[in-house]
Amino acid sequence: MKKSIQKIGKRTIVFIRTAGHMFIFLMKSLCYIFIPPFKFKLFLKQIKFIGNKSLLVIALIGTFTGMVLALQIFYTLRKFGSEAMLGPAVALSLIRELGPVLSALTVTGRAGSAITAEIGIMRITEQIDALIAMALNPYRYLIVPNIAAAFVVFPLLTAIFDVIGILGGYIVGVKLLGLSSGTYFSQMKQYVDIVDIEIGLYKSICFGLIVSWISCYKGFYTSFGAEGVSKSTTEAVVLSSVFILISDYLIGSFYL
Amino acid sequence: MIKIIDLHKSFADQQVLKGVNLEIADKELVAIIGQSGGGKSVFLRHLIGLLKPDKGSIIIDGVDITKVNRKELDLTRQKFGVVFQGGALFDSVNIYDNVAFPLREKLMLKEDVIKQKVTEILEEVGLVGIEKKYPAEISGGMRKRVALARALVTEPKIVLFDEPTTGLDPILLHSIHNLIIDTHKKYGFTGVIISHDIPEIFDVVDRVAFLYKGKIVEVGTPKEIQNSTNPVSRHFITGKYDGSIEFFN
Repeated sequence: MKKSIQKIGKRTIVFIRTAGHMFIFLMKSLCYIFIPPFKFKLFLKQIKFIGNKSLLVIALIGTFTGMVLALQIFYTLRKFGSEAMLGPAVALSLIRELGPVLSALTVTGRAGSAITAEIGIMRITEQIDALIAMALNPYRYLIVPNIAAAFVVFPLLTAIFDVIGILGGYIVGVKLLGLSSGTYFSQMKQYVDIVDIEIGLYKSICFGLIVSWISCYKGFYTSFGAEGVSKSTTEAVVLSSVFILISDYLIGSFYL
Repeated sequence: MIKIIDLHKSFADQQVLKGVNLEIADKELVAIIGQSGGGKSVFLRHLIGLLKPDKGSIIIDGVDITKVNRKELDLTRQKFGVVFQGGALFDSVNIYDNVAFPLREKLMLKEDVIKQKVTEILEEVGLVGIEKKYPAEISGGMRKRVALARALVTEPKIVLFDEPTTGLDPILLHSIHNLIIDTHKKYGFTGVIISHDIPEIFDVVDRVAFLYKGKIVEVGTPKEIQNSTNPVSRHFITGKYDGSIEFFN
């Protein structure tokens, strides 16, 4: 009994210490975003890496998400004789929920893991130490460009996901299931408010921060060896995904 | 001048440095020798402020780097060049940009000056024509030379070498040693070399310090160390299995 309590206590202390460490890391990184000198080239490089290179997979997942969504919603709406609501239902689901979440989870798997692995390898091969030894701040070179790029890229990728998803829904609803094109889009205009777009935007910014923060942190403080990098990469993806879903619920419930 | 006073460092229950004392004069080349896992690299990392000691002082040109803030520590770091064990070259940029990196980011020089300096230093370390290659595309020996070039390109006052010849064949080993001697003559830096190359390192340095069980047990010229009567030093230098050194502790 005593041992179990000790174990729980130990884990709680480790959890609080790690949480505090991660929070300080985030605060430091956010401060450096606003303090010059800015590494604009590295920022653009990360925009290309996180954003441009994720476009194809985002387009692919967006298309099929929209198509599946239209198929399932159409099936349900037909039971109530409300097929005309397909457009707004697809659009609202994508804009408020699926667009930000699925694009964030996709980028976590594609770019987040790569960021952790790259920074982690830099750590174990002493490249980060080399920066510090040159009296240079590694946050400016490795962390700030990633976080700043994520702020820009995540909302854009989410917007692209939403548009492509709605078009995917259009293909299924209009071209395959026979709904009229006018019904699909006109109902959408009526039911999708600016506040729905705002929610999607806030979520995507929040998810961008989560993914870049956790990926950079896990890489920066990786343990040694190939196993350490692999463990950090897995942890970064799992933790980012969990945080995305938790914050998705919190933001969603706040705006309900 | 570098002055290390009573340096202590522990990791969890393991006490690695137990009161290291050493003085290194300006422009002197000193080798730190000792057992593998004996704390040599830990000692070197303290000199550049990558590790903070539990106790003790490291005074570099009158500044105790264990007591200064980050900004002041960075000012002292400007005096250093470091050759890391594996080179620590940046994977994502080519050799030219690796060597140019401290000139661009630390000294913020103009591109034409950078080009001239990088070309000069690469010529000096015998690496002309590989500027466009990436670190993964060159051999281990070349990487060590590039690391040396990057450390020297800013003409630092102090250069730290963390096992600069590990994993190299005897010919490359001698070429790196000769390079250290030549560049030391040209630039006149203070050098601290962590090394296992016995007896080769004795031809390179002015003094040798033997780190054993977390303390410097003997310091002297290569000749003095070679003729040492200290049983531990003798055992280490001869490299025989049986002797006074305790292994596997």
